[in-house]
Amino acid sequence: MSLSLQEVRRVALLARIEITDREAQAAQVQLNEIFKLIEQMQSVDTEGIVPMAHAQDVVQRLREDRVTETDQHALYQSVAPQVENGLYLVPKVIE
Amino acid sequence: MINASLKQLSALLAQRKISSVELTQLHLDRIARLNPGLNAFVTVDAARSLAQARAADARIAAGAARPLTGIPVALKDIFCAQGWRTTCGSQMLANFVSPYDAHVVERLNAAGAVMLGKTNMDEFAMGSSTETCFWGPVRNPWDPARVPGGSSGGSAAAVAARMAPMAIGTDTGGSIRQPAALTGICGLKPTYGVVSRYGMVAFASSLDQGGPMAKSAEDLALMLNVMACFDARDSTSLERPAEDYTRGLAAPLAGDRAAPLGGVRIGVPKEYFGAGLGSDVGAAVEAALAQFEKLGAKRVAISLPNSALSVPAYYVIAPAEASSNLSRFDGVRYGYRAPDYADLLDMYRKSRAQGFGAEVKRRILIGTYVLSHGYYDAYYLKAQKIRRLIAQDFAAAYAQCDLILGPTSPSVAFALGAKASDPVEMYLNDIYTVSANLAGLPAMSIPCGFGEGGMPVGLQLTGNYFAEANMLGAAHQYQLATDWHTRQPGGVE
Repeated sequence: MSLSLQEVRRVALLARIEITDREAQAAQVQLNEIFKLIEQMQSVDTEGIVPMAHAQDVVQRLREDRVTETDQHALYQSVAPQVENGLYLVPKVIE
Repeated sequence: MINASLKQLSALLAQRKISSVELTQLHLDRIARLNPGLNAFVTVDAARSLAQARAADARIAAGAARPLTGIPVALKDIFCAQGWRTTCGSQMLANFVSPYDAHVVERLNAAGAVMLGKTNMDEFAMGSSTETCFWGPVRNPWDPARVPGGSSGGSAAAVAARMAPMAIGTDTGGSIRQPAALTGICGLKPTYGVVSRYGMVAFASSLDQGGPMAKSAEDLALMLNVMACFDARDSTSLERPAEDYTRGLAAPLAGDRAAPLGGVRIGVPKEYFGAGLGSDVGAAVEAALAQFEKLGAKRVAISLPNSALSVPAYYVIAPAEASSNLSRFDGVRYGYRAPDYADLLDMYRKSRAQGFGAEVKRRILIGTYVLSHGYYDAYYLKAQKIRRLIAQDFAAAYAQCDLILGPTSPSVAFALGAKASDPVEMYLNDIYTVSANLAGLPAMSIPCGFGEGGMPVGLQLTGNYFAEANMLGAAHQYQLATDWHTRQPGGVE
């Protein structure tokens, strides 16, 4: 398989990364090289093998349903790019 | 002093032959002198470090010292430490001052260790050379024209150049072990789940694991005793009783004084000694195997038949998880925001395009693609099946042996820029290390000689789940009989 330029642009859009035409062309070449490496996976038969998502077979822990966090929004918002009245500011999305 | 073990430093501190303030200042002075040439540290805050050192001295005076109290530690810049800038090697987080401590940092603080500074790394830990950092590349103390390996290259160079007696790193596909090998130090990636990932900036969550980097196996054991601990805030942290990782050091595993590794079966996978392995690295590792046999260990030929598929599977799974993890960097809650944008979508796209470097963007694109509609089964699911096969290979091998020994990296440290333009060639550096991450097994690298250009060679020991104490014990016996781990680069006295 190989990725078309259009596919590279579509993936960049999905990934929310702006990409110039020149960058898309360079990425296309590099991604196709990387996918040649990845394609080696197809050489092995994995019929019937259970996918392994995780290194340990453990069950997700549940905790008691109670509030454990204290209000630290001022501290956490101190590292935000733009904040007003305790709210994160972003460009207007609703007219 | 700079070559002292952690145990020796602890004794000197306890006997008041040196204070933590003096020890910290000594390392800060070395950083001031050596770091401009090596670029291993990205943030140093002498006042903060010395305040911690004074507190450690008071604690020692009060008789409340623990094994690491008063000893300086360098933190890979992926670990959040309250009040410290935590950049993860990225412009995206160039101004991020962490509002909280990682669990590992809490543990080190509670033990009385002194934070010496934050070390340089490949951006978001994506790299094998510490060249993809926003802050410029790290240089190898053995030869500044070469890379230190990566992604924990700053931590490795800091220990190798004796700018820090110990450092912590993270390992997603070899990022502790490979730089340890390339800089002639020791590094351990614990069993997945042993060290909490809380406060460690996430790369690939099912593979990431923090671990110790230092000059000897004994030092690693002392560090792991502090770092390993159940933490409810990491949903994959394992709930198990505390272990003393130094327990394998004092008493030989099974043998006697003449043959301390008697009864230990060391598996040698044929796949790790084939094409692609540098002859210099191969020779050093063979010599180390002979030394292990001399210590009583029995060599067993084994096979890990799916080894060659570990890199392809890793470069699907790790980017897939990364593309999901790094979606949090959108210029809203923290991190970089582009100065100019038209609307919300444009703000996301520009912030991410400008804030991330080329390798990070490449991996996000791979990850996004393999998880996208129509490709999930062919790539992501296929890779997870191969991951199972790799884990099964190890399970079969551990029926025949106790430890697996091989090279950590196919070559010694390469020249800066040599592989920077070829991602595939760079990825193949991880050929011997990624399997342990995929399977979740503990693995470590220790120095075992020198190769081309007088550069250090590392050997890798991989153990079964929770075999850290045995691995550290075997490595310690090897280090009692050899002196590779005591060698220090010239030019950084």
